[in-house]
Amino acid sequence: MDKKQLYTVIIFSENIVGLLNQVTIIFTRRQLNIETLSVSPSAIRGIHKFTITTFAERDMIDKVVKQIDKRVDILKAYYNTDEDLVHQEIALYKLSSERFLRLQGVEELIRRYNARVLEMNEDCIVLEKSGHYEETQALFLELSRSTGVLQFIRSGRIAITKSKVEPLSDMLAAMEKKINENP
Amino acid sequence: MDKELITGSEALLRTLIAEGVDTLFGYPGGQVIPLYDCLYDYSDRLKHILVRHEQGATHAAQGYARVSGKTGVVLVTSGPGATNTITGIADAMMDSTPIVVISGQVPSPLLGSDAFQEIDVIGITQPITKWAYQVRKPQEIAWAVSRAFYIASTGRPGPVVIDFAKDAQIGTLHYAYERVSRIRSYQPAPDADPAQLEAAAELINGASRPLALVGQGVILGSAERELRAFLEKADIPAASTVLGLSAMPSDYRLNKGMLGMHGNLGPNRKTNACDVLIAIGMRFDDRVTGRLDTYARQAKVIHFDIDLSEIGKNVPADVPVWGHVKQTLPAVTRLLRPAVHTQWIGSFEADEREEYEKVVVREIHPLGDPPLRMGEVVRKVSDAAGAGAVLVTDVGQNQMMGVRYFRYTRTRSVVTSGGLGTMGFGLPAAIGAKEGAPERRVCLFTGDGGLQMTLQELGTVMQENLDIKMIVLNNHYLGMVRQWQELFFERRYSATTMANPDFAALARAYGIRSRSVSRREELDEAIAEMFAADGAYLLVAEVETHGMVYPMVPAGATVTKIIMEKP
Repeated sequence: MDKKQLYTVIIFSENIVGLLNQVTIIFTRRQLNIETLSVSPSAIRGIHKFTITTFAERDMIDKVVKQIDKRVDILKAYYNTDEDLVHQEIALYKLSSERFLRLQGVEELIRRYNARVLEMNEDCIVLEKSGHYEETQALFLELSRSTGVLQFIRSGRIAITKSKVEPLSDMLAAMEKKINENP
Repeated sequence: MDKELITGSEALLRTLIAEGVDTLFGYPGGQVIPLYDCLYDYSDRLKHILVRHEQGATHAAQGYARVSGKTGVVLVTSGPGATNTITGIADAMMDSTPIVVISGQVPSPLLGSDAFQEIDVIGITQPITKWAYQVRKPQEIAWAVSRAFYIASTGRPGPVVIDFAKDAQIGTLHYAYERVSRIRSYQPAPDADPAQLEAAAELINGASRPLALVGQGVILGSAERELRAFLEKADIPAASTVLGLSAMPSDYRLNKGMLGMHGNLGPNRKTNACDVLIAIGMRFDDRVTGRLDTYARQAKVIHFDIDLSEIGKNVPADVPVWGHVKQTLPAVTRLLRPAVHTQWIGSFEADEREEYEKVVVREIHPLGDPPLRMGEVVRKVSDAAGAGAVLVTDVGQNQMMGVRYFRYTRTRSVVTSGGLGTMGFGLPAAIGAKEGAPERRVCLFTGDGGLQMTLQELGTVMQENLDIKMIVLNNHYLGMVRQWQELFFERRYSATTMANPDFAALARAYGIRSRSVSRREELDEAIAEMFAADGAYLLVAEVETHGMVYPMVPAGATVTKIIMEKP
């Protein structure tokens, strides 16, 4: 049996009500936990992109992605491991202004983590940091230790493949062409 | 074309007609009254069969689709009407049966408010449908309904649900039928990959002991002739899954019988003896494979399927052939060298003889005068029914005896619940089968358990005056569970004994002719009377209470570990 590892599943779909449910029930049937999920409009109008991460065995993820891909409203589904991807998450940290300003070396900390300040008022400061999970987590841990974090939120992963894959627009054009050739 | 201003209900019915629908199975209710009102004006073009429970409507639509090859249509109301269809929808999903279920829904402004008879039909049915869509505006109807038929009937067929809000039924639109025949995100049948075709042909050309496993995909793909040409060119023996039965006639030279838990000895044993296993439109269900890690390990596996997610799902394929069998089978056949496998094919004879002596002869020609056996009733009915009859079964022992001992002469002759194993399927499915093939004899085998799950459909048989021959194999037990209890649970018959009503009297209450038979010498005459009768007939065969279906590959056992007789 294969070892479980983190896979990133990328799905292009029509933007139809209930699509997310169609995708998640396939994970549910196989008892796969979704670690992160991000859904947003793709570069092409009317087409949405899902980025989902999950820990699974290779054999399992292969079957799951095939079952997602065959859904009528799914244009394309595939999966990758981290080596094949440029990926990113974004995190927001809400801190007490009073306690943060008392902290030594604020400038150095922000530079070291490549974070930025989004909002500052007399009650709170909101920092933003993007990066891999470990990086946003490291800043969270450091802030928790030093000033305490009032609120913390991290987005799901977004990812782009490194390999030369055909852009979605080309793939769509090929699909349209094929459909038109075989009415 | 000028677009006419009509109601959503009328647009739906016109689209159904444009899609070739002439029969609906349904049950009215609060949220489809406008639709049924409109149907009143279309009753000359759309025949509506009023079932007695919505589950029956779905199974009837399945039976209709399975024998006719057309898409079955179901019309029900919202809430309980819709939830009652769930079992049939799930069954159609498992068995790749094209049906379109149209459910009424509360008016769209009330959606999400727990209105009377509101239920989240889309949410409930998404896991068990090929597509589910809610129509909220009359303008969506032409598109959504045509799309539903396109999706249900193409590629690997399956069920589609259209949830139809009441205000969209009443509202008006400028209607013109627009046929949907392409969806950019959906490719029903991919073009075959020449490399796969060549690799498959090369394996088969090098094979000395090839074995083909025929699934329902051959029937769904209308590739029965292509299958025979393929088998004959390379002289390949073949076996069927339950749903693949009748793709080849029973007496066909290369047909070596049925696979699986209660399949024939030869096909199961040879699965683990062949050198190339050729799966065609089947999905390696666990009832076929038994224990996977000892299944056909010696063989190279070629898997023909239209559904890529089935290839490699249960059994890894050395050579996948992804595509429509109507194209891929002839394409591979062209690349085959004619071959002769006389010795290999002859090797099935020993298994056939063994099965005949240990199982079949006891079942159909028992010695002495024991109580009636299920198999003998099935075989006698099959012989009396003659060529071209359709077998419909319920689930359990009646089903396994039915498919084992009935004989098939033409395709689309078996209607049974394979994947889901739905008790109660039989009677309503037989109603649909008769509607779908009125010129064919329809023989239903059911058990005392399964019949009572959808017994109310006798009312539909009565109202529609349907000529269905119903045979109840009455053993006063939930026989298949009892069989497992006998074999694997030390004869602890937990909750499997049935106190039954007088089925013949029940049938007569519905105006259906009926007779009960328990003695062997009366059986032939009773069957003759059944077939001579005009219209529906229910024959109750009082069979042995402790009958067993053999051979049997126990669940999860290696496919060659076969129980042949009582231990």
